[in-house]
Amino acid sequence: MADTAIRTRTQKPVPAKGRAGKAGRLPRAAVHHPWWFALPAIVVFAAFFLVPNLLNFYYPFTNWSSYHPDIAFTGLDNFTTIAQDGSLLRAIRTTLLYALLAAVFQNGFGLGLALLLEADTRFNRFFRAVFFLPVLISALATGYVFQSLFNQDGAVNGLLGTDIPWLGSTTWTLFLVTVVHGWKWMGLSMLIYLAGLKGIPGEMLEAAKCDGAGPWRTFWSVRWPMLAPALTFNVTTALIGSMNTFDIVQATTGGGPAGSTEVFNIYMFRIFGQGLYAQASAMSLVLFLVVVAVAIPLVIGLRRREQLL
Amino acid sequence: MLLAGLAVGVPLWLVAVTSAKPQAEAITPNLDLPRHWQPGSNYEEAVSQGEMLHGFLNSLLVVVPSVALVLILGAGAAWVFARRKSKLVAAAYALCISGLLLPPAVITVVMELRQLGLAGTRPGMIAVYTGMYLSTSVFFMTGFIRAIPVELEEAARMDGASPLRIFRQIILPLLRPVIATATIMVMLYAWSDVFYAFFVLGGGDRATLPLNLYKVASAQLYLNNWHLVFAYVVVMSLPMVAIFLVAQRKIVSGITSGAVK
Repeated sequence: MADTAIRTRTQKPVPAKGRAGKAGRLPRAAVHHPWWFALPAIVVFAAFFLVPNLLNFYYPFTNWSSYHPDIAFTGLDNFTTIAQDGSLLRAIRTTLLYALLAAVFQNGFGLGLALLLEADTRFNRFFRAVFFLPVLISALATGYVFQSLFNQDGAVNGLLGTDIPWLGSTTWTLFLVTVVHGWKWMGLSMLIYLAGLKGIPGEMLEAAKCDGAGPWRTFWSVRWPMLAPALTFNVTTALIGSMNTFDIVQATTGGGPAGSTEVFNIYMFRIFGQGLYAQASAMSLVLFLVVVAVAIPLVIGLRRREQLL
Repeated sequence: MLLAGLAVGVPLWLVAVTSAKPQAEAITPNLDLPRHWQPGSNYEEAVSQGEMLHGFLNSLLVVVPSVALVLILGAGAAWVFARRKSKLVAAAYALCISGLLLPPAVITVVMELRQLGLAGTRPGMIAVYTGMYLSTSVFFMTGFIRAIPVELEEAARMDGASPLRIFRQIILPLLRPVIATATIMVMLYAWSDVFYAFFVLGGGDRATLPLNLYKVASAQLYLNNWHLVFAYVVVMSLPMVAIFLVAQRKIVSGITSGAVK
């Protein structure tokens, strides 16, 4: 409908006033919304985002490093190196696990808070702001705060009277760091879920009440399906965003213990610091491919789910 | 609710009390009140030793132009993307918001900046941030502009207004809520970023606040200076908190209209 309306409008003659005579030969859109408004953005984005990503398909196959003044093509050498020393598979596994857990915690905490604070009272408004505070604190700072909390002689052990090396386990530390990630970003998820909850028409909830649905039933049959767009946005941004994680991990564990929390970006940071640019770039290419492999099915799947609900 | 409150309260409390403690008390960070209050001298030490003022200025010089560019360029592009209908426009839009999903190629961007002579410079950093965060603002703004009736523009056009005038006097003012959202989002990311700043700016005299915090905290191993680390954390966070408090309403409405359509 809207589409045809626009097309019929385009066919109407341009009012012959002022410069319109000259513009009459151009399509109206070109006159009213000229490309040059979009061009600067496209140029900057292409130059500093797309081009580096394209270059990233070349430099991993070279010997570019701080030790080689000339860059030469070396084929798959960098990839075999990172595959053989075990860092490739470990980084993929760690990053995917991190992203999955971080998304679960961020959304779990966020949805829980949104449901708790749904009613629009002064008390709730205050606490919404409080739970948004961690979003405003930088991830690096958040990491340091939790490092001092979970330190063996830190505040958590002091509070509980225990002596647990919270950040010293090769299995559980990753888990703990993703909880911190969830803590930092739960406020943003909460806000988006709150927006979704606000979008549910009041009549729908009343109708459910009249039909005798309890709070639990109302949640699963009315609220949850209506939250689908919010869930799509939150899960996508949380999953994809946390695959790019760096600050929280660097500040809490630095990738340790024994490399058990070394996600892609920590690896790149470490290897780049050693001057092995091409190798770091190889890892960056793998990250790119992993993100694409996760993002495309995820977005398609969640969109389809929205339409089904 | 109590548990949730504790989860946010305890870490914040820790930051507040530790940043006011003398070094001897802060070595083992705990939740006690300082026996000896000395917030003043801690912040002073952070300013002198941690080059806090310098870092603050450096952060401002990079973040403010980045945000301005992201908003101006993003709004222009969003207007075209929202209003024009063709395959080419759809493709350009898809490309421009691909940055929402795709990770920036941080290593090769350094390579490119070196060739352009922009490595380690503020313009280089601004270019990288702008390229990275344009997607966010284009995405939010395009969604927002689609909801603005075209009739408003048509009325102005009847009166003979040029595209530039329509953009400035009709579109930009209406975009205010989403501009607030994009500002805080981009500012938040750029203000706290340490990863890309490390690659592009490195240490040195152009280091931003997060880079300085990283330096101070890395020295932590030998110096046990939690009191300085947390003084830094407070100073870094306050501007963001202040901006959020001022623009809270608009941010919420902007996020609402952009994310959950």
